[in-house]
Amino acid sequence: MASPTSLSRESQGGPALAGLPGAPLPPRSPRRVAFSQTVSHWDFKVSPYLYISPFFLLFTVFGLFPLLYTAYVSVHEWGLLGGQGEFIGLDNFRRVLEDRFFWNSLRNTFSIFLLSSGPQILIALGLAALLDSQLRGKTFWRMSILVPYVVAPVAVALIFGNLFGDRFGLINQGLEAIGLDAIRWHVDTLPSHLAIATMVNWRWTGYNALIFLAAMQAIPRDMYEAAAIDGANKIRQFLSITVPMLRPTIIFVVITSTIGGLQIFAEPRLFDSAGLGGSDRQFQTITMYLWELGWRVRDLGMAAAVAWILFLVIVLIALLNLLLTRRIATAGGRR
Amino acid sequence: MTRRPGFLVYGLLFAFALGSMFPLYWSFLVGSHQADVMTKSLPPLLPGGYFFENASRVFGAVAFWKALVNSLIVSTVVASSVVFFSTLAGFAFAKLRFRGRDPLMVFVVATLAVPTQLGVIPLFIVMAKLGWTGTLWAVIVPGLVTAFGVFFMRQYLLDALPEELIEAARVDGCSMIRTFWHVAVPAARPAAAILGLFTFMATWTDFFWPLIVLPASNPTVQIALQQLQSGYYVDYSLVLAGAVLSTIPLLVLFVLAGRHLVSGIMAGAVKG
Repeated sequence: MASPTSLSRESQGGPALAGLPGAPLPPRSPRRVAFSQTVSHWDFKVSPYLYISPFFLLFTVFGLFPLLYTAYVSVHEWGLLGGQGEFIGLDNFRRVLEDRFFWNSLRNTFSIFLLSSGPQILIALGLAALLDSQLRGKTFWRMSILVPYVVAPVAVALIFGNLFGDRFGLINQGLEAIGLDAIRWHVDTLPSHLAIATMVNWRWTGYNALIFLAAMQAIPRDMYEAAAIDGANKIRQFLSITVPMLRPTIIFVVITSTIGGLQIFAEPRLFDSAGLGGSDRQFQTITMYLWELGWRVRDLGMAAAVAWILFLVIVLIALLNLLLTRRIATAGGRR
Repeated sequence: MTRRPGFLVYGLLFAFALGSMFPLYWSFLVGSHQADVMTKSLPPLLPGGYFFENASRVFGAVAFWKALVNSLIVSTVVASSVVFFSTLAGFAFAKLRFRGRDPLMVFVVATLAVPTQLGVIPLFIVMAKLGWTGTLWAVIVPGLVTAFGVFFMRQYLLDALPEELIEAARVDGCSMIRTFWHVAVPAARPAAAILGLFTFMATWTDFFWPLIVLPASNPTVQIALQQLQSGYYVDYSLVLAGAVLSTIPLLVLFVLAGRHLVSGIMAGAVKG
C-alpha cells in the first residue's frame, strides 16, 4: 500500500512494453534424457513460474480480490461492526449520489488537484531548465530540491497547517506585515484548497523537476545549436524545442499525479485537528469522505460504493490520458 | 546551453533550495521553543533551547518509541521483501523463456495503473477475518511485493544482465536458482539498492492504510505523529517537534544515500 501521492509508477514516455523481447523458443533436438537431465529439464520449465508466483499470489489476494469484492460489498448492507447484511442492489450507490457531501468532496478533490498539478508542472519545468546547465555543484543542487520528498505527507500537513494558521500563522503574519488582510486559510474554501495544494506542490515539485531534467538531457544538443544559428534566443529555444520534446514526459507526470492526486488524504485530513475537512467539509476530499463513511458512520456498504465510483473516475481519466499519450507519442515520434 | 550559468541562475536555484528546506527548519524552530512562541508578536528567528524537552514530551504523549520500532520493522521487512521477490520475478521476466511470459508481463504493467488503495474495505474485512487488524502483519503482508518493483527490476535486468553469462552458468551445470543467486543478483545490485530505498521511504511515510488497521496503542510513526494533533487546542511546539523527530531517520538516510535517490529518479523508471 503506497500513500496517496506515491503509488507506483511506470517509466517515463513511450509504451512501457516497447522492449519486450518476443523471441520464439529455439527448436530442440530430440534426445535421450538421463535422470539428472530430467530434473534439469523440470528446473528449466517450472522455475520461471515459481519465481513470478509470489507477485501473482499476493496481488490476487491483496489487490485484485479486494477490488472485486468491493463491488460485492457495495450492493449489500454492511456495517463495520455488524458485518454483512441484506442484498440491497444499487441502494448504496443511490444514497451516495444523493448525498451532497459526496459531490462536495468530489469538487474539492478536483479543485485541489488542479491547483496543485498545474503550477507544479510549470514550476518543475522552469526548475529543470535552471538545472540543465553546466552548474558547479550539480549534485548539491539536485539533492537540495529533493529534500521535501523525504518529509512524510503527515509531517508536511502538520508543518503547513501551522504556517497557514489563521491567527498566528507565519504567512498571515507576513501578509499583515505588508499591510494586507489575514486570510482565513482554515475557514474559506478556496484558500484552504490553495494551502493544501501548496503542500503537494512543495513535496513534489523538486521530484518532478528531476524527471524533467533527465528528459531534457536526452534532447540532442545539436538541435539547440541549429536553433541558435537561426537566431533563436534561450526562451524561444525552450518553448519551441525543449517543451515539445518533453511532451511525453509531461504527460507521464500528469498521469501519475492524477492517480495519486485524486486519492489525496493525509494533507487535507491533518490540515486541521478535527480531521473531517473543515466545519462545513470545505476541504474534505473523496478519500476522506470514504474514510468517514466507513470508519465513523461505520457503513462499509456505502463506503464501498464510493470506492467503486472513485475507481471508475480514475480509470476514466487514466484512459483519457492514455489516448492522449498514444496520439502524441505516435504523432511526435517516440523517445 | 554550453555557456556557464550566471548569477541569476544560481540566485534562483538558491531560492528554491531555501524554499525546500525552510518548512523543515521552521518545524525545528517552533519545536525548539515553548508553546507560547506562536502567540508572540514576532515569529522566532533562531532555535530556542527547548527541543529536547519538547521531544521528551512527544515520547510521553504518544507511544513514540514503539512507533519508531514498528516503523523500522515494517519498512525494513517490506523493503527487503519487495527487493527479493521483485528481483526474482524481474529476472524471470527479463531473461527466462516460458509460456505466457509476455501476456503475464503486460498484466503486471496494467496493474500499475490500478489504484489498489481503493480495495481498502474488503482488505479490512479480510484482515479482520484473519485476526490481523491491530497487528503489524496487516501493514506488512499486503506490501511484500509490488507490480512496480517487478517492472523496475525487469527493465534493469534486461540491459544489465548479458545472456552469455546465464548461458555460461547453465553450461557449467548451475541450477536455475543458483544462476539467479550467483549471476542475476550481483548484476541487479545497483537497481535493487534504489528500489529498496524508495520502498523503505514509501512504507515509512504511508498513512491511509495504517490509520485504518492500526490502533493508537500499536502505531507506526505516522499514526503516532498525527495523534499529537488531536483535541481542540493544538500545542505546536509538541506537534512540530514530533514532525522533526519523525523525519530524522529519513533525513539520515537521505544524507547517506540521497545521490542514489537522485539518480534513481533521473533513471526515469522511478516514480516512487
